[in-house]
This record gives sequence, structure tokens and C-alpha cells, in this order.
Amino acid sequence: MRNDAVNEAEIIARICAGERELFHTLILPYERTVYLTVLSLLKSEAEAEDAAQDAFVKAYRHLKTFRADSRFSTWLISIALNEARSRLRKSNRVPIESLEGFQEEHEGDFTPALLTDWREIPSEALERRELQATLRTAVEELPLIYRQVFVLRDLEERDANETADLLGISCNLVKVRLHRARMMLQKRLVPALRSLAPRRGLLGRKSWS
Amino acid sequence: MELNCKHVWRYISDYLDDSVDPELRADIERHLEHCELCSAVLDSTRNILVLTADDRTFVLPVGFSERLHARLNQEFMLQEE
Repeated sequence: MRNDAVNEAEIIARICAGERELFHTLILPYERTVYLTVLSLLKSEAEAEDAAQDAFVKAYRHLKTFRADSRFSTWLISIALNEARSRLRKSNRVPIESLEGFQEEHEGDFTPALLTDWREIPSEALERRELQATLRTAVEELPLIYRQVFVLRDLEERDANETADLLGISCNLVKVRLHRARMMLQKRLVPALRSLAPRRGLLGRKSWS
Repeated sequence: MELNCKHVWRYISDYLDDSVDPELRADIERHLEHCELCSAVLDSTRNILVLTADDRTFVLPVGFSERLHARLNQEFMLQEE
């Protein structure tokens, strides 16, 4: 981690000194991160690709303003978030999403989907497009405030502090929203995945119950 | 402390992130030993997180990198002019 930051600082200095081709190397580890960040707000793949490109171009143009006291990833993701937010604003898509804030946060316990015959879905099953689509839709349909935290923490693997910085919320709120997001996914996906699970085991269980 | 199921559900996320203190972790694990329901909730949540985070679930559009780097090369040229 530390080494990465040192290497990045060196690469950034060299790009600013004229070795612009190195920008390709600098952003390589973040292509997916930036894309997922904008996709989490914009939802459309085509628009997300445009927004991701614009975000990288902006990052390149403003690279000289990057200060090494913050993480490059944080800086880059915040550019991506701004790009996506400004597209939402321009097309008036903000108000609908912000209504979701009303069902916030601390009140009440959340009841997960309850069942005792859960059978693990192995990662190999992801070769099935049906399963991929079911998972994607469930994430895309999380309310925005939960989706943003979930995407940053669980898909992009940003830590709680970085996520809090990026979203301008407290670390504690990141935890609360992440918990909610995960439980919402569990509740929604458990019944859906159960019907996608291989049949053999379920029948086996039924036959001796 | 004896935990009930609702208690355990409240801490599932922290438990998965290994951010509960050792005492609470031990209480949760004691509960999980005899509660089939909570074990299933924990296992299914963990499984869902593994599946959603898998690179195959959210993939970059085909040709994304190529188009991005072509666009950046254009940008480099613009700056040279």
C-alpha cells in the first residue's frame, strides 16, 4: 500500500514533467473502480463509459493540482463522482433519488430472509448470465444512499475512512448504510438465488423431510 | 451475554468485516453454534457478497480500455498543439 503510494507519486511527477504516456500506467488499476463509481449513479452502461472517459480526461488535465497528502484513488474517484453527479443534475434525475433519503437509517431492526436450507452458490455458477444479471439488478435497485456505500466498500474495496471522505459522511454512517445495503441484498437475493440453485440438493432434502 | 437472533442480525455486517470486539464475537459465535437460522443468514450474506464482488458480475464493457486509451491519446495530442 505504502509502496504503491510512493510509486504513484513518482509516476505523477514524471507525467507532470512531460512523460504523458505514463498516465496510461497510472490509471490502469483504477479503470474498473472509476467505471463502477459512475455506473452506480448513472446505471446506463453507455453513459457510464462516457462519464468514466470524461473523468479520466479531467484527472489528466488537472493532475498538476493533485496533492500527495491525499490518496490518488480518493482524488480520482471524487472526480468520477462529480462527473456522474453533474450529469444527473443536467438531466434532472437528482430529485427522485434524493427522496430515498426519507427512509433513512437508524430506526428499527431489519429482518433478513430467513431459511435454514441455504446452500452456497459456488463462484463457478457465475458463468451463467442469468445469475450475473440477477445480482446486478439487485445492486442497481438498492436506494442510492445504500448503493453508493455498497459499491465503494464491497465492489471497489475502498476502506470505511476513504468511503466516508468520498461521500462526505461519517465513518459510522458508512457502517450503518453498508449493513443496511448488505441486508437488503440478502433479503432480496436469497429467495431469487434459491430458485437458481442446482436442483439436486433441494430435492434430496425434500425427500427425507 | 446471551444474544437473541435480532441482536445477531444487527452485527452481521461488522462480524463479516471482523470489526466486532472479541467479547461480542465470542457471544455471536456461541449463538451461531446452536442457531441454524442465524447461521444460514450469515452464510447467505457472505455468499452474496462474494458473488456480487466477483469480477464476472460487473464487467467492463468490451473494448472499454482500448477506447479509453485512444481517447487519452487524442487528449495528449491536443495538448501538444
